[in-house]
Amino acid sequence: MSLNVEHHDTRVLPSEKPLRLLDNAGHALHGRETGGFELPPIDTLLELYRRMVVARRFDVQVTALTKQGRLATYPSAYGQEACEIGVVSAITPDDWFFPTYRDSIALLTRGLAPGEILQSFRGDWHNGWDQHEHRTAAMATPLATQALHAVGLAHAARLRQDPIVTLTFLGDGATSEGDAHEAFNFAAVWQTPTVFLVQNNQFAISTPLARQTHATTLADKGVGYGMPGYHVDGNDIAAMHAVATAAVERARVGGGPTLIEGVTYRIEPHTNSDDPTRYRQSRDVEHWKRRDPIERLEKYLVSEGALTDDIRAEITETGEELAARTRDAMSEAPELDPLELFDHVYARPRTALVEQRAALETELATHAAAATEVAAR
Amino acid sequence: MSTTATERAAQDAASAPTPLTMAGALNAALADAMAEDDRVVVYGEDVGPLGGVFRVTDGLQARFGEDRVWDSPLAEAGIVGTAVGMAMYGLRPVVEMQFDAFSYPAFEQIVSHVAKMRNRTKGRVSLPMVIRIPCAGAIGGVEHHSDSSEAYWASTPGLTVVMPSNPADAYSMLREAIDSDDPVVFMEPKSRYWSKADLALPVQTAPMDRAQVVREGTDVTLIGYGPTVRTALDAAAAAEAEGLSIEVVDLRSLSPFDDETVGASLRKTSRAAVIHEAAQFGGYGAEVAARLTERNFFHLAAPILRITGYDIPYPSPKLEEHYLPTPDRVLEALASWEWDLA
Repeated sequence: MSLNVEHHDTRVLPSEKPLRLLDNAGHALHGRETGGFELPPIDTLLELYRRMVVARRFDVQVTALTKQGRLATYPSAYGQEACEIGVVSAITPDDWFFPTYRDSIALLTRGLAPGEILQSFRGDWHNGWDQHEHRTAAMATPLATQALHAVGLAHAARLRQDPIVTLTFLGDGATSEGDAHEAFNFAAVWQTPTVFLVQNNQFAISTPLARQTHATTLADKGVGYGMPGYHVDGNDIAAMHAVATAAVERARVGGGPTLIEGVTYRIEPHTNSDDPTRYRQSRDVEHWKRRDPIERLEKYLVSEGALTDDIRAEITETGEELAARTRDAMSEAPELDPLELFDHVYARPRTALVEQRAALETELATHAAAATEVAAR
Repeated sequence: MSTTATERAAQDAASAPTPLTMAGALNAALADAMAEDDRVVVYGEDVGPLGGVFRVTDGLQARFGEDRVWDSPLAEAGIVGTAVGMAMYGLRPVVEMQFDAFSYPAFEQIVSHVAKMRNRTKGRVSLPMVIRIPCAGAIGGVEHHSDSSEAYWASTPGLTVVMPSNPADAYSMLREAIDSDDPVVFMEPKSRYWSKADLALPVQTAPMDRAQVVREGTDVTLIGYGPTVRTALDAAAAAEAEGLSIEVVDLRSLSPFDDETVGASLRKTSRAAVIHEAAQFGGYGAEVAARLTERNFFHLAAPILRITGYDIPYPSPKLEEHYLPTPDRVLEALASWEWDLA
């Protein structure tokens, strides 16, 4: 369905039961549970399936590389593929995306190369891609701060009469931050074309949702700001994509912002340095594994005859190629120039930095000369 | 296109020196920048129909419309954070923090994003934005309305921090700040908003990253910025009667610090004192004293002094006169040096 701009009532609370279009067994649903949304076309679902499978292969590969010490850290999105990919696939390359640190697979779906995505986690530089080229901001580590950037950019685009939409992702923990509140409020007051995705993966590091909010759903928060909120099954990519597509369409034609909560689960630890056995039960993890977003869509696609063995083989091959490229990208010795530390602080050169750069240059030359002398002995 | 007599008369009137307050000069700088460049937008709390609580944005909304000048929700992190996104998209936002201590909710946005965006993105994203912060005291403000927050911003790499002390610099430096591709924290000393000068606009003074010797002298260099330039000049005038020749340097730019100009003055006089309203401990004066000493130790005849506010939260209005550095306090401090005036 397409959300109606004129008649949308932002006072309506989201459904307490998350919207779904496919049940856990991959059966298409009808009636109240779907909230009036329709299942995306089969070709779209097949493409979303392909992206989820490839992204998971990437995520598994990066987690393995992190265990091998090739990356300093990696926040996995295993199990959150439906949220990440279902929603980021709803915007066009002309739209802008403002990710957080857990959104590597959304960046992959956005067309970024593994080396670009992982540069900061490998520790080479804070950010590895050209924001303007990809219309994708740097990953934000402070929580919810990037949501305000998304609102500001959306407002600037509107002032320029460019029909673009901005999309930003937040976690459940980020909704407690002041910047999340300010971003929701500014977006609603200014009616910016912004879509907020709250990925409720149940834990902010170790803090469970119940200690994060007393709201019935995080989607409820939209109502308080005067924008629609949708409470969606975050492991149902059909529902995530349908709701996000409608929100993006509505934003594009001047209908203002939308808050979408995807209810999902973080299967892996917060990062490789986390110990989730201290704060959650393995039976909960197993419960959520049975609700796997990829398996659910796969069952549906098979039942519809859309997923053949040939396609499956082709997707597997694509995933393996990507995994190989990711390994290669992380195996290359990074070319780092310490003197570049001073190059991107100010647009206008500063005397103090020129002096400090020269000092480091001398230091490096002295070390190099000493190393040569030692080698010559 | 022919020019009518009335228009020529209007132009002549505009170019003739007329008395202008610092608030008026800032207003003119914003108006001229907006007229020249449609990427410049102005927003913040109460900057629209009210024209700002200090009237710095007076008349701008009426002239440029609500798409160029508008009242934002009351939220400083939101104001600065959205400005980041606007600057990323190619606008040149000039946002107002209304009062110094109200900028603290925006601290994270300023320090973690505004200051670092260029560096994080390896120079690919510039943030040409100006954060205007009416600052400092001596206006009888209640608490949270008189802070001097400059040390927080000046110690943050990636920011440019400037503070004019007079109407001409206010105009010139604000124009330059808006033109800058680097983000600028533009601090406006509230107690100087109503100071007047005869100005013919547009006026261009020294580059905003340079300090200026505003009074020549031979015995002592007094270093001030924003509100304390007046304090220094008053102290210098009083000292003259006692036979002391004081040079006054207006820093203008806190980050970067103009070592060249200030160092040259210090080497000439061999004695220096820095004056600011903010508390002393870890304050901006500590940086000034340390770096001047590092570079000029053997030219010094006496330790570099700091004449500052006390290490206490800014006091209530009825007691602020006891807190603020006065010309008398400056002269007393100078008297503490051992003088060999033989």
